[in-house]
Amino acid sequence: MRELIYLTVALPLLGFLINGIFGNRIKNEKVIGLIGSSTIGISFIVTLLAFFETLSLPTDQRQLIVSLFTWLKVGGLDVSFAYQVDQLSLVMALIVTGVGFIIHVYSIGYMHGDKSFWRFFAYLNLFIFAMMNLILADNFVLLFLGWEGVGLCSYLLIGFWYDRRFEKSTTADAAKKAFIVNRIGDFGFLLGMFLIFLTFGSLNFNEVFSRANTFSVSTATYGFIALFLFIGATGKSAQIPLYVWLPDAMAGPTPVSALIHAATMVTAGVYMVARCSIIFASAPDIMMVVAIIGIMTSFFAATIGLVQNDIKKVLAYSTVSQLGYMFLAMGVGAFGAGIFHVMTHAFFKALLFLGAGSVIHAMHEEQDIQKYGGLKRYMPHTAITFLIAALAISGIPPLSGFFSKDEILWYSYSNFGIIFWLAGVITALMTAFYMFRLYFLTFEGKERFGHNKHPHESPKVMTVPLIVLAVLSVIGGFIGIPEVFSGEHGNQFHNWLSPIFADAERKIMQFGFHTHFAEILLMVISVLVAVASIFFARYVYLKSPIIAENFSKRFAGLHKTLWNKYYVDEFYDAVIVNPIVVVSKNVFWKFTDGKIIDGLNHFIANLLDSLGASLRKFQNGIAQFYALIMVFGIAITLFWIIMSF
Amino acid sequence: MNLEVILFFVFGIIAAVSSILMITRNSAVIAALYLILNFASLAGLYLTLNAQFIAVAQVIVYAGAIMVLFLFVIMLLRPENEKKFLESNPKIKVFAFVIAGFVLLQLIYIIFFSRPSSILSKNLNSSVEAGTIESIGYILFKDYVVPFEAAGFLLLAATIGALILAKKKYD
Amino acid sequence: MNITIEYYMILSAFMFVVGIAGVLTRRNAIIVFMCIELMLNSANLTLVAFSSYLGSSVGQLFVFFVMTVAAAEAAVGLAIIIAIFRNKLTVNIDDINILKW
Repeated sequence: MRELIYLTVALPLLGFLINGIFGNRIKNEKVIGLIGSSTIGISFIVTLLAFFETLSLPTDQRQLIVSLFTWLKVGGLDVSFAYQVDQLSLVMALIVTGVGFIIHVYSIGYMHGDKSFWRFFAYLNLFIFAMMNLILADNFVLLFLGWEGVGLCSYLLIGFWYDRRFEKSTTADAAKKAFIVNRIGDFGFLLGMFLIFLTFGSLNFNEVFSRANTFSVSTATYGFIALFLFIGATGKSAQIPLYVWLPDAMAGPTPVSALIHAATMVTAGVYMVARCSIIFASAPDIMMVVAIIGIMTSFFAATIGLVQNDIKKVLAYSTVSQLGYMFLAMGVGAFGAGIFHVMTHAFFKALLFLGAGSVIHAMHEEQDIQKYGGLKRYMPHTAITFLIAALAISGIPPLSGFFSKDEILWYSYSNFGIIFWLAGVITALMTAFYMFRLYFLTFEGKERFGHNKHPHESPKVMTVPLIVLAVLSVIGGFIGIPEVFSGEHGNQFHNWLSPIFADAERKIMQFGFHTHFAEILLMVISVLVAVASIFFARYVYLKSPIIAENFSKRFAGLHKTLWNKYYVDEFYDAVIVNPIVVVSKNVFWKFTDGKIIDGLNHFIANLLDSLGASLRKFQNGIAQFYALIMVFGIAITLFWIIMSF
Repeated sequence: MNLEVILFFVFGIIAAVSSILMITRNSAVIAALYLILNFASLAGLYLTLNAQFIAVAQVIVYAGAIMVLFLFVIMLLRPENEKKFLESNPKIKVFAFVIAGFVLLQLIYIIFFSRPSSILSKNLNSSVEAGTIESIGYILFKDYVVPFEAAGFLLLAATIGALILAKKKYD
Repeated sequence: MNITIEYYMILSAFMFVVGIAGVLTRRNAIIVFMCIELMLNSANLTLVAFSSYLGSSVGQLFVFFVMTVAAAEAAVGLAIIIAIFRNKLTVNIDDINILKW
């Protein structure tokens, strides 16, 4: 079954082609939805079977390369369309196909009645195709193909409702922003790839990583490679400084936000760093950079999320913040923990987004939480699953988020020190706070919406996925129980992934003192902090909302700054975007393109025109004139002959 | 100053002058008559070169047949007299004359530069011998009989062509 | 003074160039034809002169053929002029410019 892993890539492509070409003619939504979802469903089954097959094999035989065809063979570069089935790619593939399938089913209900229903499913399938290529690739070039592909699908899907406008921009602007900011990161990624090829002579993962062990390469080179790769990751996974596209990407339909901007695409950067763990491990300075950027982004985004009023924007900043956690894990050397958090985050973040979508649908596209309130009565399923997800993301045991987040905090403490742990805990505090602010303002308390809205529970096709994800959010953590609790079994998740990261971890060798007591103590502290935060949120938003108002009035300046996202977008606009636009318009467009290039064209055209006009006079139809020219030619010929005497 | 020199200069000057006069007349008939004078003087030149047959053929064919044909056509078509010489297209005409003069100068230069007279001198006997009709006829029918027959075909084709081109279309 | 062959050649060259000038400048098609005949005759003169000075009959034979061809050409050319005259009612070359761009 593992050899058939290419089906997981081919089937979504097939779904895209069928829905893309014939979707317009298939009038039945159910058929389109069926085609779109079943391709992913079958891919999930294939992945699952491959997973079980791999599980039964001994550790050293778990990697399998399935090569389809040779793609590029030029010079020293040999790149094939080949898929690497190993522990890491299987984990990611399970997440993508599993959560992807759930979201596809949900979309059948969410996008009901949309005039471009077929186009949505076509793009979703295309996205899964690109993402699977990214995850399963066995070389950098194929990974980059998937990388660019998911960027493209992100653009297509964010701008799906292309005729919608907001106050200051359109969905097209948001889509363009996502694509362009991604491109900036991709430039870094490309530089990293070039440097890798230059240093190691190959772009194949196995070859590069084995050579990373044997070749003697300077730390500076590793540093540059890692730095460039990380720049690519910041673009795709929305870290500082390239996170600005993610909040704007909420202009797209909610299933898109759930799938792409929560569960899968944004984790591509984390996956890439995990895959290249040996390179990062060989550049300790860059690991520090990664960790710092991770925790800074996490903290920073959480502060913005505290004051946002759009339900999807809160979730967007929450995503950025959680991605920061994953990069923090990567930076401190806890690669397995980072991937674990990818998995649990996929569950509860997708659940949160889908739940938000359910609410938005019920409230007829209203997204401002100040106009919600008391929806628990009308949509109980949504409310319960949303609560479960909020608990998970706040790190309350025994839900999944607790295990993954705590592991990251522990490794931050033991590898890098207390500052990182402290910043992480404060961020967790803020996470719990704004999450439950969101929950309480939406589902509990007084109803603040007008009488024209009649909220109702969503249909089964939307609530069943919510329930499935809720179950996963609850039990998903148990495969990653740390050794503290599971004793001789060890951390299952870790053991599964450890062969991938073995080389890198050997290089780091920083696993500091490890007492069970310290780990449990820190765990308890973070849980208490989270619980306290939840109760505080409950107090503020449920019992006496006046506290929030007073607070925001007293710290009006701070509140305004946070609400305006620290003016980062405005800063980028002023410093980077507007100068480029002005220069492009006036220098490149008007002058270089208009005057020089067009001028050259006009000049050549005019030259030929006048040349033609003057040569035309030689064709006046009078034979004598032609004879005159001939005699002239004879004269010249005679002259030449005479000259040669 | 023997007869040959006198004859050459007389006939030569008549030929040259008549050719110039021919190209500058406005009336077509006058130009044709000057051309006939030119052909006649050429016949005289042929005689000074001991080319008896050619001289006679020149008078019969050229002056007697071709020019008569020209005069017939001129009389048939009655073309208008041309305008004065430099009224139409003066620039091109001047340019043509300049080019023609240039070509003449070049030809004269080539003629004098190659000095054929250092190689060729007139041997009277062979010259007379070459000009007789027996010698021409001998090589015509012995060595060059194929071109002779081809010339016959050419004349046939020309006859038919002229006939077809010039006949009236009967509706 | 001896008449060497250069004299005949120069006379022939002169007649030839006069013929060229006539072909290039005259407007009447029939006169252009006559100038062409003039050019042919100048070639004939050169041929006969060489034949006489070399003592070979071949030159005069060539003249024989040239005369034949000239006769044929004159006949056909004049027939063409007659045909054009029927259509255009003019033999002025300036008016026969269908080959114009």
